[in-house]
Amino acid sequence: MNRSFVPASGSVPDERGRFGPFGGRYVAETLMPAVVELEAAFRRFAADPEFHRELDLLLRDFAGRPTPLLFAERLTAHAGGAAIYLKREDLAHTGAHKINNTVGQALLARRMGKRKLIAETGAGQHGVATATAAARFGMGCRIFMGVEDIRRQTPNVQRMRLLGAEVVPVASGSGTLKDAMNEAMRAWVEAVEDTFYVIGSVAGPHPYPLMVREFQTVIGREAREQILAAAGRLPDALIACVGGGSNAIGLFHPFLEEAVELIGVEAAGEGLESGRHAATLGRGTVGVLHGSKSYVLQTPAGQIREAHSVSAGLDYPGVGPEHAWLRETGRARYEAVTDAEALAAFRLLCRFEGILPALESAHAVAWALREAARRPRGEILVVNLSGRGDKDLAILAAHPEPQEEKTA
Amino acid sequence: MNRIEETFRRLSSRGEKALVGFVTAGDPDPQRSLALCGALCEAGIDVLELGVPFSDPTADGPVIQRASARALAAGTDLAAVFELARTLRDRFPVPIVLFSYYNPLFAYGAAAFHRDALAAGADGVLVVDLPPEESAELTSGWPDGRLALIRLTTPTTPPERMAAIAASASGFIYHVSRLGVTGGRGPDLAGIERQVGTLRRFTSLPVCVGFGIAHPEEAAAVGRLADGVVVGSAFEKTIEAHGDDPHLPQRLGRQARALKEALPRR
Repeated sequence: MNRSFVPASGSVPDERGRFGPFGGRYVAETLMPAVVELEAAFRRFAADPEFHRELDLLLRDFAGRPTPLLFAERLTAHAGGAAIYLKREDLAHTGAHKINNTVGQALLARRMGKRKLIAETGAGQHGVATATAAARFGMGCRIFMGVEDIRRQTPNVQRMRLLGAEVVPVASGSGTLKDAMNEAMRAWVEAVEDTFYVIGSVAGPHPYPLMVREFQTVIGREAREQILAAAGRLPDALIACVGGGSNAIGLFHPFLEEAVELIGVEAAGEGLESGRHAATLGRGTVGVLHGSKSYVLQTPAGQIREAHSVSAGLDYPGVGPEHAWLRETGRARYEAVTDAEALAAFRLLCRFEGILPALESAHAVAWALREAARRPRGEILVVNLSGRGDKDLAILAAHPEPQEEKTA
Repeated sequence: MNRIEETFRRLSSRGEKALVGFVTAGDPDPQRSLALCGALCEAGIDVLELGVPFSDPTADGPVIQRASARALAAGTDLAAVFELARTLRDRFPVPIVLFSYYNPLFAYGAAAFHRDALAAGADGVLVVDLPPEESAELTSGWPDGRLALIRLTTPTTPPERMAAIAASASGFIYHVSRLGVTGGRGPDLAGIERQVGTLRRFTSLPVCVGFGIAHPEEAAAVGRLADGVVVGSAFEKTIEAHGDDPHLPQRLGRQARALKEALPRR
């Protein structure tokens, strides 16, 4: 399949990487030539049918695409309203949607002659997916991961090491995704001449938000065909969790021009009023973090606050600039789900559908249950089940099920 | 003529090189920070760079990261940095450059920052993560050239980009001597000579070289290739190692004096 990644003129981002006032390129001078080179390479290969042929083969034979769209029959009956369909990114190779982007970027790195990959990771899914692509391409790989995330996502650390990657613990700050990204940027500055930085979300300096989006829209393109085949029409709403926002953008983007509601679900952590949350769009203000302008959780003086979520992949005080723009324009709305609601939804999906979702994805499931309940039968929701939850078993064990729910 | 220009003109006429000293404002706390900056000024540094502490300093190595964290823990915000600059300005004629990441400035507001920085006696600003492509949003409303905008060039900067950067810079050019973050290993003299040579084709502004310069002999070697050298992490290391020493200001002053004396003279 030949398609152009580069959006038509007049669409976002513009040539400066701007989604309205958001996005841009706020990086140290050392990195500027690298991001300019990356953008040129991305645009060149995006227009190259051979690149797409290679990528499509990798997505099919290596990543296991297309992933199915499942009608969640018992979950739908439990919610008692709109039909819930699950886009099964948990069934992609490595167990999450992150692989779509990492094979794309690794392929690009190879075309650019870069033999070393570095990446940041939160839950470890992006780290595993990067290490996987590096192994497949015979590239060196270093993954930066916060010490707190290493503690709570041990299985993924083991997987990355098995795949031949070096996992570099990051102890600064809160030892989570933000700090891992700081350290990856520092490592990139040092090794920029031979190293490709594989950013895992639709964040970072231009062209990353554009590039990661384009590699992830395969989710939405497939979902669109699949729901048309299954239900004979487009859905009423799409629901996806948002940390940095890559799985959500990937699902949303092919539906932007359609009359389909877009709902992003952020992590409300211990509650929006507790101050311990990761609801960047819900409670943040405009600022500049990690190379782009978007919403961030920060003090009035512009110091970045630490986020909190039980889910390491959502535990980030920033968000991709395109989400800021979709919110600003009213095209998408953003809700938030607490740790407790996400844990409950995790258990519910296990029991009703036989699927262990990633805790990140469980946030989307939790909101979908509410959304389905207040919509009439006959309406259709597509939920992005962005990853599988095996990595989260230790967290589930540490948060035993509340007694009153056991009898439900 | 502003203080930065005046300083480099005076140094040049005497055949001297500039010692640009960087410290994080408010480290280890605002009170002691004032004494430390004062000691550097008395020791004869030619330009003082005051680092505005930021929670996520992605261009800095561990030494300045920790300095930033100490300053923030002591409650240092931009208002405190301005207060420090104002107090120093009353006592010393040395040019003051505020060295910051963009987000604290963005939060403060471009116009308010310009007004308050000038009122505090600052002479220039350097924003690490604000390349020329993005800097209009900060500077477009600034009424005149009273606050110099110091630009960075690096070993990865191609010649045509150096030309564009030089064209929009004022005060001096800060050339980053090597890839990587602040602190760490010493300077690459051959690289510096080549890069500064290229840079001089595009600008008559003074060129100061920094990143990884810690010892007098390094300062001497780099000083032969540029108009000035920037030393930061080496001072911060001293502050970190001797934070509780009541004679820390004198110690820091001796370190600065040794660096200044090592710089070549005509």
